[in-house]
Amino acid sequence: MNQDQKTFRDQIKLLYRQLILIFSLMGIVICFLIYMLIDPNFSSFNNSQTNLIGIADENSDRIENGIHIRTGLVEAEGLMEVVNNCTNCHSAKLVTQNRMDKARWASTIDWMQRTQNLWDLGPNEDIIIDYLVKNYPPQEKGRRQALKNIEWYELEE
Amino acid sequence: MKRRNFIKKATLSSLTVVIGSEIVFGNMLPKGYIPLAVQDPDPFKLFNKDAEMVVLNDRPWNMEAKAHLLNEKITSNKFMFIRNNGKIPENITIANWTITFDGESVKTPKTYTLQELKTKFEQHTYQLTLECGGNGRSEFDPPAKGNQWTIGAVSCARWTGVRLKDVLEDIGIKNDAVYIGYHAADTHLSGDPKKEPISRGVPMAKAFQEETLLAFKMNGKDIPLAHGYPLRLIAGGWPASASGKWINGISVRNKVHDGTKMTGTAYRVPCKPVAPGDKVKDEDMCIIESMPVKSLITYPKSGAMIDKKKKLLINGHAWAGELEVSKMEYSIDFGSSWQDCKLERPINRLAWQHFSAEISFSKKGYYEIWARATDAQGKSQSMILPGWNPKGYLNNACHRIAIKVI
Repeated sequence: MNQDQKTFRDQIKLLYRQLILIFSLMGIVICFLIYMLIDPNFSSFNNSQTNLIGIADENSDRIENGIHIRTGLVEAEGLMEVVNNCTNCHSAKLVTQNRMDKARWASTIDWMQRTQNLWDLGPNEDIIIDYLVKNYPPQEKGRRQALKNIEWYELEE
Repeated sequence: MKRRNFIKKATLSSLTVVIGSEIVFGNMLPKGYIPLAVQDPDPFKLFNKDAEMVVLNDRPWNMEAKAHLLNEKITSNKFMFIRNNGKIPENITIANWTITFDGESVKTPKTYTLQELKTKFEQHTYQLTLECGGNGRSEFDPPAKGNQWTIGAVSCARWTGVRLKDVLEDIGIKNDAVYIGYHAADTHLSGDPKKEPISRGVPMAKAFQEETLLAFKMNGKDIPLAHGYPLRLIAGGWPASASGKWINGISVRNKVHDGTKMTGTAYRVPCKPVAPGDKVKDEDMCIIESMPVKSLITYPKSGAMIDKKKKLLINGHAWAGELEVSKMEYSIDFGSSWQDCKLERPINRLAWQHFSAEISFSKKGYYEIWARATDAQGKSQSMILPGWNPKGYLNNACHRIAIKVI
């Protein structure tokens, strides 16, 4: 009798726990469905996430071995002016791929201002051009370079 | 346990129901297309590209192949270069996709749905070479501005679509038509909705060629998103920028089209040769039309070491814009002597041609194999950089691979 009562009590407890679980899961699903109705694109979730990355990530301007990790730009005077003005529309890869002298970097900026909605850079323009000329100057290549970076391997046929 | 499983399944299915109703044209999304909202930042997964492809730029996306990746006779998506000027369009709904023909030289503007294009006009398939005008830019000295392409911005896939000329004839074109210019759904990097990232075109003669297509299939499947899904203009043999992606409009112009990247130095070279580094006035620049003769050794990969007793097989592709390649040669002595390769005819006009050769070496050592194609008008590839131009277009200097005979 005692044993039976205990078993019965245990079963009730189990059933009670399962009911709580079911109802809380249903509650979560209902909350989720209501949320989906209000904000089907999870936009507030996305926004809060991007804001978090933008503001809270202290490592976003981390520098390793003289390279600004987020952009791949060389660490030197003027780096942050370049990051803040030159990587909003296009990737920094477009900067790091190119090699130009002062006049051509200046005319590239001028072209972006005339046609690509780049803003007036004010006193930053000189800082940016100095940074670019110092760190990304033209290299003489001649009319044909030697084959470089060859990875040798045994050809099997 | 069983009940829990049931709850799990029920939750999942209600999720599916909710999300399923959210992606309105979910069933019409192309296979492998990931809505941009949940895009994986890994471009190789995102665009189904081979891990050996090289990313030159990630905003906008620009990616190129290496020579040995292009060994296939028909280029697959995973080895096809990407050259984007703006942002890839989002939320493409194929059921609503239309293309509008307007401009000074249409009799009346007309709009077709994609379905109308597919059903109203006869479909054609051609294998067509598309090479970026700036392929090879990285070699120019003084350096030219832009993405620093090496050799991998070329492809030759099979494109299926309707002939642009059939559609133009259906619309009715005035006698004063000079040029067509495309408009597309990609958006400007600055976010300015009034700016088109690129809007180029071709003269009427090219627009009326049989191989100039409004294509909706690449290699028998829907065009991959990065390559212009759901509709792309294909003008083979010309700078690939003339083959507009994601197009939703074509203007038939009574003058040379003046859209974005048709003017200034874009896709133009000096009309007369200039010295390296010269400043060239805009009015002295001429629009690039047919691409020059060029070739690539796609097998073996550069860096092969072979036994002196063995013969080395090489193969690759050659193309010459509007022309056919009539001769293909290789040199193992830095251009002192040239031997003929076996050269196949193109499968159709404007498709690249395949070549192969068997090479024996009499001495051990370091060799470079140089490849030189000659077009039907007798023009060959140069050994060193051809004419310098401000934007670094049209580098068709011979391709070279390094070999060691041991």
